Amino acid sequence: MIDLALDIASWISFALGGFFLIVGAIGMIRLPDFWSRLHGAGVIDTAGAELILLGMMFQAGLTQVTIKLILIGLFVFLTSPTGTHAVANAAFVAGIRPLGEIKNDDTKEPKGTKS
Amino acid sequence: MFTAATMAVSITMALILIRAFLGPTVYDRVLAVNAFGTVTVLIIGLIGFLTERPEFLDIALLYALINFVGTIAILKFFRYRALGRTSEANSQATNGEAAE
Repeated sequence: MIDLALDIASWISFALGGFFLIVGAIGMIRLPDFWSRLHGAGVIDTAGAELILLGMMFQAGLTQVTIKLILIGLFVFLTSPTGTHAVANAAFVAGIRPLGEIKNDDTKEPKGTKS
Repeated sequence: MFTAATMAVSITMALILIRAFLGPTVYDRVLAVNAFGTVTVLIIGLIGFLTERPEFLDIALLYALINFVGTIAILKFFRYRALGRTSEANSQATNGEAAE
């Protein structure tokens, strides 16, 4: 009974994690801009990775393997936002800016000088 | 179960590699390689479960650390064109070393 419940929990975690992984990867290919591709990488690094690790934890049970999985999850949880922030900061310093301009169609303000 | 998860992770790796090859700027490639490293950690763990050798998780833990350090090192190299010290402090530091 408990095994069946753990199997079901693992299936749900793997299905959700695989969904988020593939959605993030498709986003990294389809999105038009570097700054929007950061969102796809963020989905892969947080939701996808943590859910796949959670599914493996359900299968491992209360053993040493689970502790290693928790450690991996903690490291990924701490380092991947830091890495993404470092990439974004380096790209900003290098002069890459987001696509498009802010539109002020409703207020009809005169366009200022471009920065 | 683990086979299905491994297939999803493999598809993700292929899609991320497409972005890593296409990426117009170097930062797209660095971002793709960073995500690829995270997914590699997952697939190492899943292969460990598939072959019933959970010792693979040690390799996955090490890979997570090396992936982070490698990303930061690549970014620092592309920003300063040097790994040891920043380019502003480079001349002063070399003068200091020469004085020693």
